[in-house]
Amino acid sequence: MLTKRIVPCLDIKNGRTVKGVNFVNLIDAGDPVVLAKQYAALGADELVFLDIAATLENRGTTLDMVLKVAEQVNIPFTVGGGISSVEHVDALLKCGADKVSINSSAVKRPDLINELSQKFGSQCVVVAIDAKQINEEWFVHLAGGTIPTDIKLFDWAKEVEERGAGEILFTSMNHDGTKTGFANEALSRLSSLVNIPIIASGGAGTVQHFVDTFKKGKADAALAASVFHFGEIPILELKQELKKRNIPVRI
Amino acid sequence: MNKYIETGEHNNEPLSSFGGVGGGLVIINYGAGNIKSIQFAFKRLGIDAILTSNIDEICAADKVIFPGVGEASTAMKMLKESGLDKIISTLKQPVLGICLGMQLMCNSTEEGNTKGLGIFDVEVKKFSNKVKVPQMGWNIIKNLQSDLFKGIKENEYMYLVHSFYAEQCKEMIAKTDYEIEYASALQKDNFYGVQFHPEKSSKAGEQILKNFLQL
Repeated sequence: MLTKRIVPCLDIKNGRTVKGVNFVNLIDAGDPVVLAKQYAALGADELVFLDIAATLENRGTTLDMVLKVAEQVNIPFTVGGGISSVEHVDALLKCGADKVSINSSAVKRPDLINELSQKFGSQCVVVAIDAKQINEEWFVHLAGGTIPTDIKLFDWAKEVEERGAGEILFTSMNHDGTKTGFANEALSRLSSLVNIPIIASGGAGTVQHFVDTFKKGKADAALAASVFHFGEIPILELKQELKKRNIPVRI
Repeated sequence: MNKYIETGEHNNEPLSSFGGVGGGLVIINYGAGNIKSIQFAFKRLGIDAILTSNIDEICAADKVIFPGVGEASTAMKMLKESGLDKIISTLKQPVLGICLGMQLMCNSTEEGNTKGLGIFDVEVKKFSNKVKVPQMGWNIIKNLQSDLFKGIKENEYMYLVHSFYAEQCKEMIAKTDYEIEYASALQKDNFYGVQFHPEKSSKAGEQILKNFLQL
């Protein structure tokens, strides 16, 4: 049986992880390679690296980091942040990234999804969607959630699937950072609307939240940052608990 | 480049039975997919693999990896352009097809109605809409029946990303369940194929790559 995936997300700036990570016995907690190896050893199913300061100038630094992660890490990983061209994706994949995640650039120019999936295959195209619920309706936001649009979440999700996205990474801005649980109602609706995997993001605070997002939210994977980085929820314990609750996981 | 080169940067046991004679480990580079990941995975085992599309180099190799990620008809077109479509099925050394590489070694695939190399006598079909497509993530392999799986326990997890699958057949050496049971690994003579990505499947995947080197 296909298992549910647990995905730690690392924020990257100038080739280094930021926001702090609090593992014991780490010599350099800012080194993405060290962290990635640690997470792989702890049982993470895949990793997401989000370049939060993606600019043309530091593109080389990010590519260098991707190369080093690919050299040393034996689980799949996705790279996102500031990706807007076929050439950039080509370079990231050539450095060993398994998937790329696009967000604002896909909204600004939806054909990018078609171009990427045709050239590299759907399996490596993750479309990240940040959305906020306003008066019962979910609206897509851009630029890390700072710019609202009038695009409706469910319409956009359907469109990205049709254009060839291989996966959707859905972040609820209402839940992100709150540690009150994932947006399971919207996730469940998304999961039955499209036939590609959905990664739940935003709101993880407890083990129960992960149970809920897999059971009620019907998510295929769950992404979180701080609960993993600060050791609040050890991945192995999380997976053991999920298994006890009859959720298929890889242990 | 006649020998495997030990990079000396690994914690694995030395691959002592893995020789220095012949033409090394070759990864066929025909433009399809993320071959860097496979090269890196072998490097972690202390083996430098050669990326090449040169037919002489491929024929002279001790071991050949036939990778592939992407769309079948495009990949097959690229193979034909480099003349590799005629070569692969004539190879005598152990050959390992990975993911789309494995699918292209079958009779045909529904993806782009593509005729395959016909090494494995089986058809490749698309998953139905009853499950999410692509299958993406970790699933188990079972009914393991080959030295390729030496030291691998039944129901071990492997990382898979695919929309098409090989049906169960007599050449099946492992199977996986996703909507239906299908062949997640195949073997015929010196030809091996795996649907999963050993290069991305943690320690167990590394063991399979190590086993392939020791075939």
